[in-house]
Amino acid sequence: MAANGGEAGSKRTAQRAKVVTITSGKGGVGKTTTAANVGVALARVNQRVVMIDADIGLRNLDIIMGLENRIVYDLVDVVEGRCKLRQAMIKHKQFPELYLIPAAQTRDKTAVSPADMVQIADQLRSECDFIIIDCPAGIERGFRNAIAPADEVLIVTNPEVSAVRDADRIIGLLEAENKNPAKLIINRVKADMVRKGDMLSPEDVTDILAIKIIGIVPEDDAVVTSSNAGMPLAMTENSRAGQAYRDIARRLMGEQVPFAQVEEPSGFFKRLGRIFGGN
Amino acid sequence: MSSFFDRVFGRSGKGGSSVKAKERLQFILVHDRINLPPERLEEMKAEILKVISKYVSVDSDHVDIALQKRERSPYLVAEIPFQKTVEAPDDDESTPAPPKPADPADKPKPQ
Ligand SMILES: Nc1ncnc2c1ncn2[C@@H]1O[C@H](COP(=O)(O)OP(=O)(O)OP(=O)(O)O)[C@@H](O)[C@H]1O
Ligand SMILES: [Mg+2]
Repeated sequence: MAANGGEAGSKRTAQRAKVVTITSGKGGVGKTTTAANVGVALARVNQRVVMIDADIGLRNLDIIMGLENRIVYDLVDVVEGRCKLRQAMIKHKQFPELYLIPAAQTRDKTAVSPADMVQIADQLRSECDFIIIDCPAGIERGFRNAIAPADEVLIVTNPEVSAVRDADRIIGLLEAENKNPAKLIINRVKADMVRKGDMLSPEDVTDILAIKIIGIVPEDDAVVTSSNAGMPLAMTENSRAGQAYRDIARRLMGEQVPFAQVEEPSGFFKRLGRIFGGN
Repeated sequence: MSSFFDRVFGRSGKGGSSVKAKERLQFILVHDRINLPPERLEEMKAEILKVISKYVSVDSDHVDIALQKRERSPYLVAEIPFQKTVEAPDDDESTPAPPKPADPADKPKPQ
């Protein structure tokens, strides 16, 4: 019952959305950026997407998505019965089937429980193809909330010792929860530093963590400029990081996308493709 | 460890700080995963050796007890060679030296 398997954009028959949680352990490695871009990338290929910001107290996803001015109700309002689920879903201007349920900004993570998250996800499952949950940093309540309904967990890390260590911790916690094996996104890879041997390579990281990789995202200034504008860069062509996020979206849909499609002038990612491609 | 990947990148394979990063990570993670800090591991090793030495004499110069990782599972792998039976210095054939480590004349016992 792979709800969203099959070819790109062709699945409308799905009864049950796939719930994908983006987590990391260490803060600031790019979870929210990834959630926003993967959500947009899925919407671009006609998937019905609901994004949930589970970072209560530090809401961010609305800003990266450019939806901060349209918030009326938030996740905690839903949980505490002040509004219907529908009323807290902000529709994206460009993508009529992309919605965001924002986090509350003035509450703390205990305002929501893992059971609440499961219930909300279950209400949405029949109405969309993907539910993307942006997880807060850390391993406490917010993390528990975000992973509770997850069918698939994506762990974002940077190619740095501390971030990889924290990713390993998360992998261990997910194993203990008997979740499906998590998949890895390595963000902010600098090709020139990898080539010089001064940055852990994607292979080093997957070798150490021993999990499957679903995305390699290069360091890209366009991430910052697009966040400034509230337009996730997966919305437009012509950026390397945006392409990497679109590839992740297609892999989530079950497509085999070789890593070769992300490229930079040196051909770094092109050659990378031959290693990771097709698995 | 050099790999196909390194070759593809023309990576020097040594010198770069990523090698150090990988080594450190592997060390850190194996301890994280069993929740046993390096200091405690050393204590445990010493204790294991003490127990074994009660029964046989151990060649403590060549003992190797270390944590290893296979996929995501940690293992304690121990290589504990026994002391070779030491012959008496003069060719006294009648009594081979008993395997007692506590003979200070034989060999200084490191530990
Ligand atoms: N590939 C990239 N290239 C350049 N900058 C990036 C990239 N990915 C993320 N960033 C920047 O890193 C910063 C942190 O990103 P983000 O907010 O997505 O991380 P996070 O994991 O959600 O953080 P938190 O743990 O606080 O929720 C942002 O300023 C973002 O613009
Ligand atoms: Mg965030």
